[in-house]
Amino acid sequence: MPKVTFITHQGASHEVSVPSGTSLMLAAVDNGVPGIDGDCGGQCACATCHVFVDPAWAERVGGRSGRENDMLNFAAELRDSSRLACQISVTDELDGLVVHMPEGQH
Amino acid sequence: MSATITIDTAAQAAARAAVQAAPLASLDPVNAQMFVDDTVGHVFERLRREDPVHYAPDNPIVGPYWSVTKYHDIMHVDTHPDLFSSEWSLGGITLVNPPPHEQLPMFIAMDPPKHDDQRKAVSPIVAPGNLANMEVLIRERTRKVLDGLPRNETFNWVDRVSIELTTLMLATLFDFPLEDRRLLTWWSDVSTMNKAVDPNALEPAERMAELGKMLAYFTKLWNERVNEPPRTDLVSMLAHGAATRDMSPIEFMGNLVLLIVGGNDTTRNSMTGGLLALSQNPEQFAKLRSNPALIDSMVPEIIRWQTPLAYMRRTATTDTELGGKLIKKGDKVAMWYLSGNRDDTVIDKADQFIIDRARPRQHLSFGFGIHRCVGNRLAEMQLKILWEEILQRFPVIEVMGPPTRVRSSFVRGYTHLPVRIPG
Repeated sequence: MPKVTFITHQGASHEVSVPSGTSLMLAAVDNGVPGIDGDCGGQCACATCHVFVDPAWAERVGGRSGRENDMLNFAAELRDSSRLACQISVTDELDGLVVHMPEGQH
Repeated sequence: MSATITIDTAAQAAARAAVQAAPLASLDPVNAQMFVDDTVGHVFERLRREDPVHYAPDNPIVGPYWSVTKYHDIMHVDTHPDLFSSEWSLGGITLVNPPPHEQLPMFIAMDPPKHDDQRKAVSPIVAPGNLANMEVLIRERTRKVLDGLPRNETFNWVDRVSIELTTLMLATLFDFPLEDRRLLTWWSDVSTMNKAVDPNALEPAERMAELGKMLAYFTKLWNERVNEPPRTDLVSMLAHGAATRDMSPIEFMGNLVLLIVGGNDTTRNSMTGGLLALSQNPEQFAKLRSNPALIDSMVPEIIRWQTPLAYMRRTATTDTELGGKLIKKGDKVAMWYLSGNRDDTVIDKADQFIIDRARPRQHLSFGFGIHRCVGNRLAEMQLKILWEEILQRFPVIEVMGPPTRVRSSFVRGYTHLPVRIPG
């Protein structure tokens, strides 16, 4: 099972292992990682699973879709590395992925 | 405390039977009396089961319109602004098409890209970092309001708690003179009142005159602040924001209405609805008192249960299919959040108030997609603080009788809830 590391805004690190193909949002929510809300349940409709993809992983994770971009447009802190975790599938190719979290989700 | 005081079970059963017996085609949830009586849920129950995307051809007030009643269909409409427009000049976000001189441009009733630009101008005020700064002030005020409540006498919870707290909050967001804060409550009520629905409402011309006074008051604040360095209140943000500083007066008025109603009516009615829900579900109240940490999951459950805005309207931009029905370009479409929030194919035991649900934030009350409520986390924080402070003070709050509900099929709220605190 691929491993993912979430680093909170305060700097705490949470490592979880999930079955390949799990969404990065559910990887956090189902394992009690704080800082990812996922209000819409993974439909790219609320932007409360905002993460910053670690630069080392940016290329493998890829960029955001049009609708994802529309939702992230309103984020308090939008960066080039901003993605919605519900739109990232944690596959074996992403084993070891590191993402960082914003100050809060809204 | 007992639920029988606030629910007339015989009247509810009769209303349900009448809905079941009616021809399906005659069902029409835009009926303010059913909101006053809190019986509209029976209509939605039947529509979700038998005709989830339902056409009402001849509503006397709003004309023909579609009702979307299931959770996922609502999500579809809300996340396709290209197919379902919010544009104010097409009629905006409520089903009544006001006459042209009463139509107000505001960003909730705009499509991208203008919507995006104007929303971005105000959203920093409710961003997570700013909320943390506001928490201390909100808590201090909440304590003061609660400590000032009468003991051993019946009072109106809506006025003394819900309106007072939300109006104080709104005055803070605008940096509005505190001594005049009840003007904000009044303008919020004026904004949503509709003579066609409520005989006690102002005449349309009087209503516009009152909103004109609101505009004049805020224009004075704007003029003061536009010449000062930018500050963190909403008026200053609008006056200095690149996307908002050149707004016309009517557009300023529209956005004021949006921010006042959005920041006031909604949280106000969740503050009342939460207490009502707990009084009708004493086992939940007991669970909360024995474990106050449940406030975190109770707050979104209150917002789901109340659904303070019953629907949002869209206008189809093209012929499109939804739930097997053909919606024609120009048709009005109501996304009934109130119904989607009771859809038990998506939300387990959706008709029950359960303060420790697994995923309590999966509800429609804030909408989804690009128009999702900008103040959602602020609203949750206000409710969280309110309940933390209530639990620390009042071992018992007695609801003394049924609430009086707002005569509207858009704002789902209360004008009166009689309450007594022993002690």
